Amino acid sequence: MLKLPGLGRLVTITLVAVITMGAASTAVRYNDLGHKMMCVCGCNQILIECNHLGCPDSDRMLGELRASIAGGSNDDAILTAFQEKYGPTVLAAPMLTKFNVIAWIVPPAVLILGIVATAVLVRRWRLRAAAIPATPPAPHFPAMRERIRRETEL
Amino acid sequence: MPTFGSFALLFALALSGYTLVAGAVALRQLATGSRSRVSPERLAETARRAGIGSFVATTAAAFALVWAAFNNDFSVAYILHHSNRALPGPYKFAALWSGQEGSLLLWAWLLSIYGFVLRLRHKVDVKLTAYASTILAGIQIFFLLLLNFAATPFSLVGGTVPPDGFGLNPLLQYPEMVIHPPMLYLGYVGFAVPFAFALGALMMRYPGEKWIHITRRWTMVTWLFLTCGIFLGAHWAYSVLGWGGYWGWDPVENASLMPWLTGTAFLHSVMMQEKRGMMKSWNVWLIFSTFLLAIFGTLLTRSGLVSSVHAFAQSSIGTWFWTFLVIVLSVCLFTFILQRDHLKAENKIESLVSRESSFLFNNLVLLAACFTVLWGTLFPVLSEYIQGNKVTVGAPFYNRVAVPIGLFLLFLTGIGPLLAWRSSSFKSIRKNFVLPSIAGVVTAIVVIACGVRPWEIFTTSDQGSFYSFIAFTLAAVVVTAISAEFLRGAGVIARHTGQNLLASMVHLARRNTRRYGGYIVHFGVVVIFIGIAGSAFNQSKEEELGFKQSLNIGPYRIDCQSYSQDSNANYDTEYALLDVYRGGKKVTQLAPEKRFYTASQQPSTIVANHSTLAWDLYVIYAGKNPDTGQPIIKVFLNPLVAWIWIGVGIVVLGTGVALVPNMTAALAASRNRAVALTPSAEAVAARGGD
Repeated sequence: MLKLPGLGRLVTITLVAVITMGAASTAVRYNDLGHKMMCVCGCNQILIECNHLGCPDSDRMLGELRASIAGGSNDDAILTAFQEKYGPTVLAAPMLTKFNVIAWIVPPAVLILGIVATAVLVRRWRLRAAAIPATPPAPHFPAMRERIRRETEL
Repeated sequence: MPTFGSFALLFALALSGYTLVAGAVALRQLATGSRSRVSPERLAETARRAGIGSFVATTAAAFALVWAAFNNDFSVAYILHHSNRALPGPYKFAALWSGQEGSLLLWAWLLSIYGFVLRLRHKVDVKLTAYASTILAGIQIFFLLLLNFAATPFSLVGGTVPPDGFGLNPLLQYPEMVIHPPMLYLGYVGFAVPFAFALGALMMRYPGEKWIHITRRWTMVTWLFLTCGIFLGAHWAYSVLGWGGYWGWDPVENASLMPWLTGTAFLHSVMMQEKRGMMKSWNVWLIFSTFLLAIFGTLLTRSGLVSSVHAFAQSSIGTWFWTFLVIVLSVCLFTFILQRDHLKAENKIESLVSRESSFLFNNLVLLAACFTVLWGTLFPVLSEYIQGNKVTVGAPFYNRVAVPIGLFLLFLTGIGPLLAWRSSSFKSIRKNFVLPSIAGVVTAIVVIACGVRPWEIFTTSDQGSFYSFIAFTLAAVVVTAISAEFLRGAGVIARHTGQNLLASMVHLARRNTRRYGGYIVHFGVVVIFIGIAGSAFNQSKEEELGFKQSLNIGPYRIDCQSYSQDSNANYDTEYALLDVYRGGKKVTQLAPEKRFYTASQQPSTIVANHSTLAWDLYVIYAGKNPDTGQPIIKVFLNPLVAWIWIGVGIVVLGTGVALVPNMTAALAASRNRAVALTPSAEAVAARGGD
């Protein structure tokens, strides 16, 4: 007897959660997808943010987006369909396909390469400096050191 | 007046040409020791004076265009297309930079002002200034050639002159547009000065680092102008474009960000050259790149290379800019190759964990950010060239790629000042990092307790919560690190002088304005990051709002009191009067508008914004429902936006502090003695001391 209400509660909670999740995900998906596309009227604005008076395209496109989501298409299919209809510039960022993947890879690759190269370079300088026997400080060194101390400490 | 303007431009070109040629000949004679009838010193002096004359002539041309705007001289094609009789006075002045030709004239005029100041202050270093003046004249010639032959602002209208002009673009009829473009241009153009000094110093194999001292202030002022220009632009976009945001990663916005990033890197890395004689080649190339990117940014907005809502009309002047870029790059490369032995570093970095390394990494990250922005801006062009079709690289790309780089930079901002020059010991790292780390952990816990869910990045496509979590945590680390630095130094002064902590902090900052001004700038940057992090929690709602109908968003209730329309000579307007309530109490009344400008026949949004430290209630009049005739109101609740503008104010303050000369050691000592003799800080304040 005790188990049934518990099970009932579980089923109810799961059901409510699934239904709510579905409702939320539709709105979230609409918002997400609306932010992943551009208005095609030439205003260069994100589709869901396009706000200019009398825009000939954004309302229609948003309607199509709502219809596509309601029709049960998944995100990729919707984006592909929009791309086929309006051309690749409708996507606010390049998809991860063939050549376009370069757009995403190159900046982080440049940063990582730069960090690695810098680390290697500094290490090499350090090793080279360690290999050279210590020389007496240059005449201007104490003055410089004093200046650094003044500027970095009190 | 158009004839006068045209003549002034031609005369300015002739004078700049003389400055370049006479300056170059004089410097050549000085370098080789050859003599002619006129001594090189006298020749250089005539070149300097011609440069000053060029400023007068360019100013006259700019005045002529503004005069034409104020006098509704629609025989000038530029005025016909960018002004009208009903246009308010300040916007008639703004017409100077509202179009292609006028904005190029503004470029030339500002450059001539910088050149004028530089030539007046030539005694700082006569020879180096002569080099810089000659190089600036070369740049000025390019812009004057454009203005005289490719984009003439004084072209006359053919046939009958229309009785009224076509008006100014409505988006530009906003108070900030009177100040944002000049600020931005002061930034762009200003980088020509440190560029000219750097190139001049390299050409003449300038001994030592004095050229950096000379240009430091120029660079900082320029950087400040560019910073203000960028954020005024962001504020303008936020207030006028009406999409609820302030930065859209538009190519033109990106164009202003790129020189700012390299300029920021330069401001940091020159410290390495000053203190340790390192990174000389790097610094020279940083300032070269910054100037080239400023020119490239100008090219982007004018050539039609990339599409942007902010761009000027597509024109043929792109070819001129490309040619100029190639010439400048060639001169830089040639000079560098010829003189590269002069740029040999005196020291090398000795440890990965040192202040020098942190500067190096800071530079690297700034350049990576710059590269990312450049890459994203140009990728559509690359894609079209290789794939045959254009793609859009918009906000989603930058949010995923550039934002993490920005956060990494914020991290470096926090740890850099905690590291010692040359090498940091483990003990000092542990000592300096404990407090900021604790602050970071505590903030992370508080942020999660407040409902931010960073782990959502693994379950949804939304990265906002994760980024804002990282931003808040890092902000706490950086603020604690900066505060600890200030308090540590101020504590020492307070102990020695008996001043209170605040007075000691002021005293501390005055003793090393550059360092502590820099910390204030960093603090401002952190505040800006906090403001930006708030965007992850934006909310919006759009509803038709009839008379006495309400809309709820966040803690606010918005009641429509009335909606109406009005008109004046310049525009027709539709607006709604909305009462805003919080907790049942009326807090303000907002009046969002939609204007339709008569002359240009273009609409414009006038956003109504109720800004608090917690959030902005940002309301747009989105139009009328044609069926019901009722207004459609779009409302955004944007958290923490005000902190962005506050952060910019702090950056301005910090830069101002850094620009003030240090209180000299002697003065400090005398003041300290005076303070030591007095029993309290009040007595010092009464005497006008620190």
